[in-house]
Amino acid sequence: MDVTTLTLIELRDALRAGTVTAVEATRAYLNRITAHDDAIGAYLTVDAEGALAQAAAIDAARAAGQPVGALAGVPMGLKDIFLTKGLRTTCASKVLEDFVPIYDATVVERLRAAGVVVIGKLNMDEFAMGSSTENSAFKKTHNPWDIERTPGGSSGGSSAAVAARLTPGTLGTDTGGSIRQPAALCGIVGLKPTWGRVSRFGVIAFASSLDQVGPMGRTVRDVALLEEVIAGYDPRDSTSSQREVPTGLADLPRGADLRGLRVGLPREYFPESGLDPQVSSAVYAAVEQLKALGAEVKPVSLPHSPLGVAAYYLVATAEASSNLARYDGVRYGHRAKADDLYGLYARSRGEGFGLEVKRRIMLGTFALSAGYYDAYYRKAGQVRTLILRDFEAAFSEVDVIATPTSPTTAFKLGERMDDPLQMYLADIFTISCNLAGLPGLSLPCGFDDRGLPIGLQLLGRAFDEPTLLRVGAAYEDATTWHTRAPAEPFVARAGGAA
Amino acid sequence: MESARHLFDGDETVRRIARLARLELDDATLELLRRQLGDILGYVEQLDAVDTTGVEPLAAAGEQTRLREDGLRIALDPGAHVRNAPDHSTGAFRVPKVL
Repeated sequence: MDVTTLTLIELRDALRAGTVTAVEATRAYLNRITAHDDAIGAYLTVDAEGALAQAAAIDAARAAGQPVGALAGVPMGLKDIFLTKGLRTTCASKVLEDFVPIYDATVVERLRAAGVVVIGKLNMDEFAMGSSTENSAFKKTHNPWDIERTPGGSSGGSSAAVAARLTPGTLGTDTGGSIRQPAALCGIVGLKPTWGRVSRFGVIAFASSLDQVGPMGRTVRDVALLEEVIAGYDPRDSTSSQREVPTGLADLPRGADLRGLRVGLPREYFPESGLDPQVSSAVYAAVEQLKALGAEVKPVSLPHSPLGVAAYYLVATAEASSNLARYDGVRYGHRAKADDLYGLYARSRGEGFGLEVKRRIMLGTFALSAGYYDAYYRKAGQVRTLILRDFEAAFSEVDVIATPTSPTTAFKLGERMDDPLQMYLADIFTISCNLAGLPGLSLPCGFDDRGLPIGLQLLGRAFDEPTLLRVGAAYEDATTWHTRAPAEPFVARAGGAA
Repeated sequence: MESARHLFDGDETVRRIARLARLELDDATLELLRRQLGDILGYVEQLDAVDTTGVEPLAAAGEQTRLREDGLRIALDPGAHVRNAPDHSTGAFRVPKVL
């Protein structure tokens, strides 16, 4: 049996049953990384020795009859934004090239407590700023469905690794779509939980009023299982919610129908231009499927959503300019040679940060600067209120909202690198959800004529992840998109329409 | 609101912002950012068309922050805080001469 073909839940069950050991599972994934990651480029760091030692310890504990966690022996690569004690964490930035954390992020602590074996760290856009993973200071990550294309971003190492079976599931972070968009572009499932549902302690900050940690996997149930492990109050993150986490999130009945469910279709998310017609027809077909399962579908309106990108690029950059002030060459990170303190700050930052990070720090600094704060940052905050009110009005009539995750399928590497605005528009359908703090799920709903995956996005009420997961699982049980895997070896695909 | 895009016609604003942001940038990067920031501001100015009279800005969509009890606790191993420091001595971070 090739254990890397198992879903996360199947692997967990095999480990429990003893048909696979933690060392065998870890070795199988390490071997696949050796065989395939040259083509994909998902991993920035692989800790084979450390992983095998963790796995051996779990096997020994299990053999001795000691209690082990819910995911005992599951190997996993993690986005390089999560602090991992003793294991280099770069955030894909030259600033943190040699940074070795002295503690674990809370989500990493929870995964380890559940018995997860950390095998390495996954590529991303530098400081999670980007939609293609091309802003990594270290390497490009390639989409396993066509290696000339982007896996999406910023969690592109994570989405590519799940799709290429270089990890059985993982966590990403989502500030403007960075879990859902790469999930859509790689044909996997990604959940962005409600803001406050998952602790951000030890997660390198980008825009604190938007950042959220969430699971990525091959199936809705796998994602639900990971969500259950990581969600919940953490006294070390004062913004984390004290609401109880529903248990049994992953125990979703097979083949359930959706009678009584009301699905909203917002016309603003199906614009005449700027949306690939193959994406919209796949999403409409998915909505028909929800109808066939018993759901009622009705039109809703989110009139301020088209302003989301503009509001986001003021709010997110303003917060980033403040959060990234900590990289000054004093306590950690890259330090330049300089004779005075100002020179030390400015040169360390000028040398260390990549272009996109500089661009956002500059924009955010401007939006917060004297004389422009009201016109930019405050105005964006007001529009944010209007976006939230739109959602509240819509959710008084429907239970979930269905949209495309991304306006296009995976675009070519390099294609948008010279045009930041064009790149920002890759997140046009995912951003409003972050501004309003709501949960969103992306799951596979088809392929275009080049064989590239298409994602369906479901948005829900605050803290209503259970409904999103229930709808996602019902859709998944009725379809087979999630069972398709990219062909190996991973290569460029010339086929399909031009 | 008066458009601020014209502020990026010359390089004075982009240099001032770079200084505020503590970013040392070469002339080519300054010129690229001057142009791109002007374009991005042109795009975000669509927000001006929205009537936001009397609308309170939303800083974050979460629940009320609840503060934990304050108290003394050991957060890190002794000496761990300087382990990633580029330059340190006797538990303190070293920087170039300030005065």
